[in-house]
Amino acid sequence: MTATSPAETSPTAASENPAILDVRGLWKVFGPRAADVPGSPLAELSRAELKERTGCVAAVRDASFSVRRGEVFVVMGLSGSGKSTLVRCLTRLVEPTAGEIVLDGTDIRRAADKQLRDLRRHRFAMVFQHFGLLPHRRVLDNIAYGLEIQGVKKAPRYSRATEMLDLVGLTGYADSYPDQLSGGMQQRVGLARALAGDPEVLFFDEPFSALDPLIRRDMQNEVIRLHREVGKTMVFITHDLGEALRLGDRILVMRDGALVQTGTPDEVVGAPADDYVREFVRDVSRSHVLTLRWIMRPPEAGDALDGPELGPDVVIKEAVPTVLRADRPVRVVADGELLGVVGAAEVLEVIAE
Amino acid sequence: MVTSQVTAPVPARRPVWTRPYLLAGILAAWLVLWLIFRGQATLPLGGAELTPLHERIGAAADVIDDSRNENPLFLYFVNYIRLFIDQFVTFVQALISAPSFGRPVPVVGWLGVTGIATAVAVLYANLRVALLTAAGFASFGLLGLWRESMDTLALTLAAVVLSLAVGIPLGVWAGLSDRFERLAGPVLDFMQTMPTFVYLAPLTLFFLIGPASATVATMIYAIPPAIRITSHAIREVPPETVEAGASLGSTPWQLLAKVRLPLAKRTIIVGVNQTIMAALSMATIAALIDAPGLGKTVLKALETLDVGTSFNAGLAIVIMAIVLDRVTSAAGRRVETARRAGRARRPLWRRVQVTAVLAATAVLVYLSHVYVWAAVFPGEAGLGSHVRRAADAASQWAQANLYTYTNALKNVVTYGLLNPFEAVLTGSPWWLVLLVVTAAALVLTTVRVAVVCAACLALLVALGLWQDGMVTLAATLVATVLVMALGVVTGVWMGRDGRADRVIRPILDAGQTMPAFVYLVPILGLFGATRFTAIIAAVVYAAPVAIKLVADGVRGVPVSAVEAATAAGSSPWQVISKVQLPMARRAVALAANQGLIYVLAMVVVGGLVGAGALGYDVVSGFSQLQLRGKGLAAGLAIVVLGTMLAALTKAAARRADAAAHGRL
Repeated sequence: MTATSPAETSPTAASENPAILDVRGLWKVFGPRAADVPGSPLAELSRAELKERTGCVAAVRDASFSVRRGEVFVVMGLSGSGKSTLVRCLTRLVEPTAGEIVLDGTDIRRAADKQLRDLRRHRFAMVFQHFGLLPHRRVLDNIAYGLEIQGVKKAPRYSRATEMLDLVGLTGYADSYPDQLSGGMQQRVGLARALAGDPEVLFFDEPFSALDPLIRRDMQNEVIRLHREVGKTMVFITHDLGEALRLGDRILVMRDGALVQTGTPDEVVGAPADDYVREFVRDVSRSHVLTLRWIMRPPEAGDALDGPELGPDVVIKEAVPTVLRADRPVRVVADGELLGVVGAAEVLEVIAE
Repeated sequence: MVTSQVTAPVPARRPVWTRPYLLAGILAAWLVLWLIFRGQATLPLGGAELTPLHERIGAAADVIDDSRNENPLFLYFVNYIRLFIDQFVTFVQALISAPSFGRPVPVVGWLGVTGIATAVAVLYANLRVALLTAAGFASFGLLGLWRESMDTLALTLAAVVLSLAVGIPLGVWAGLSDRFERLAGPVLDFMQTMPTFVYLAPLTLFFLIGPASATVATMIYAIPPAIRITSHAIREVPPETVEAGASLGSTPWQLLAKVRLPLAKRTIIVGVNQTIMAALSMATIAALIDAPGLGKTVLKALETLDVGTSFNAGLAIVIMAIVLDRVTSAAGRRVETARRAGRARRPLWRRVQVTAVLAATAVLVYLSHVYVWAAVFPGEAGLGSHVRRAADAASQWAQANLYTYTNALKNVVTYGLLNPFEAVLTGSPWWLVLLVVTAAALVLTTVRVAVVCAACLALLVALGLWQDGMVTLAATLVATVLVMALGVVTGVWMGRDGRADRVIRPILDAGQTMPAFVYLVPILGLFGATRFTAIIAAVVYAAPVAIKLVADGVRGVPVSAVEAATAAGSSPWQVISKVQLPMARRAVALAANQGLIYVLAMVVVGGLVGAGALGYDVVSGFSQLQLRGKGLAAGLAIVVLGTMLAALTKAAARRADAAAHGRL
């Protein structure tokens, strides 16, 4: 726990972009008279106390965050932490109890039925844990489902669906039925179906937890590739820390329905907000996630300042050869300004943990 | 010091007055008091005697009869329903069974009907089932029962169409709305557990004797499975698939039409199958209120003890049941395979096939519409007379040669079980029975159930049918004891032996799809018209359910528990008595509950074949106008008895469940 330097200003690619999705004070309470809980003294109670006192379960408690355009925003938590309910609230598959959800200026919570349907048809789409495919329809008809219910004619909807089929790498499976495909392929169909309506935001609800580990890695790469190719904003739910660190531009950690921490992967690993998160990220090899910014120190008198130069966002693991080969500290430089230096001692300390 | 360490905590000694002792005490006291008070306050009532209550009920029925053309409820509601259903049934009959539209023959003759049925089987089921269908329909003609079979089919189809038109939408509603499901549940329970014969008489009050009453009775019996299974099918659709549909912006209608219904289709077809079987079974029973068809043939033959004729018609009912069952279940399987495998057959080939089948059917229908030979089944019942004679001969042979055995069985059950039960129940003063049953209910179950029992028995007294009620109760208890003996023995055997299960289960399934009337025929042939015949009919009707429940319960005992007992050196008998039956006791209790309800459902049928008592009261209420009040009261008495017995066994089942989980 050496690195405590706050990395508030770490310039990630997405941070310059404005927010596309703004969530303010979102609550979801299940149980009798659930609407009375948010805003009342009851809201201060812990989950267990609330359950004891009123019989209500607060699945999401006072969640506020914003998702920036084009980023992959990961919501992470153990089962029962409320993350699936949270994502369902964002699409109003589950009706939130309180709070507001603003997508690009439109308040989703205020949308009437028809407006909500339009939002779902054109603005966002969702990928599900158990795929949710229709077993009685061909793969192509599954992908085209969203267009079909919008009343798109057969020819354009099939041509769009075929495009999506190619995009997710299932060329040639158009006439198969879902039950004839493996789990990974079924999820590709789910992905293609979500992409078919050309939404601005994609929601993923633990999309790969039902798959075995090798396929899971494949699919994660697929998401990274798609993100690069189509550049959609993605909100990604997972309970798998490795997946969160791999995919996320930013990570939101949830526990018992409440937000614990929001930050970039290196912030979550390098500066856990509390013991819960600390425990969570304990087994992560920090050198794979943290950047030089986290271990650099101010130059001291006697440091030779003519060593090799590296940027502050270089991951430690990748800096190791340079640092160890150099016989003097590596200078961490951004925009021509010297931020600090990193020597063998700092690097070895992180690796040796 | 040392001793206090070794001494185990002394288990609390169970009090001497545990439930079994208490119960034995109550029964002993009953027998003693029976000896003392025998014959007093037994409230007998002769066959033609009426109580003032019966007369009042009869008068009320007359009032309803008279107000048929004045009361607004009738004028603007009931009469329209009756007219509509009558017209609908008459229309279906005109198509396939009755002379119509000024023609001496129906619109479609035997060749056309057989062609349509076979075409449906080819298109929705498979070739083998289609052959079975063709053979089945031909056999109706060969047995000399074409007209009767078509009447039954017309009534069944009309009732099925109406039942599904009501049942599927309600089922979808129940599947979507928890509140409606909670509301509908108890109503459906009541519709299904009420003995079918009981509501025939009240129905005729509102819908008159004829097709409308028969159809409504059939619908009451056939709608519950349609609603239940449709609701279950809708609820079975994976929630995530529905969410996926919603997340893409489906409207509620699109969700229903494109996601929920297609995914629920296969299960809904199971519901259609159940509805058809229930409707067929009830359509034959509706003969009691003058519904036309095979049931009427059986009923008339039963009344004159004509075994041959009733067997012949019974055979036609069984054939119809098998054909309808096979076609619908094959159609259900076909939906499933089509969904799983993707349409394996090429659409073009399918289209050619459909066109060919439809064309052939159209030709057959045209021929049967135009030519007499294709309209009226040729030949005067060639096969029918043979079947009749063979059945008569078999019955006579059995009565002559098996008499020793059948009579021995009859005597053992009659003198060993039935007479003692009946003597104690009918010989005790009514207040004694009421006291004993309430006390036993208190010991065995809860205060609430005891109160229900006391109220039911008091109601029986008030209905003026105490003694008939006790005779029926005795027969019901004897039949249930036999059902449970059969159920436990066969059920344990099936549960332990997979091969036995594979052999016996299809027989039980067939037994359950067969309409209740059909059992009576061979049993009547063997045992003649006695109380015992009624009991055996009830046992045959109720045993399949009980056996299956016990078998499934025994099979459900975890393998590890049985293996552990075997590894500890238990003998097979010890495994059964100490592991399998105790662990399956919830299933056994449920089997007793269902067995009782099924036995009770046959009480009225028993009245037809010599059981007397409440069943006979109901039947004579149908046929004699002056006994109508008594018949209605007897129907009510059967419901009262059923309510009491169901409450008792249900509570016992709950107790068994609680005991099995160590909560007692």
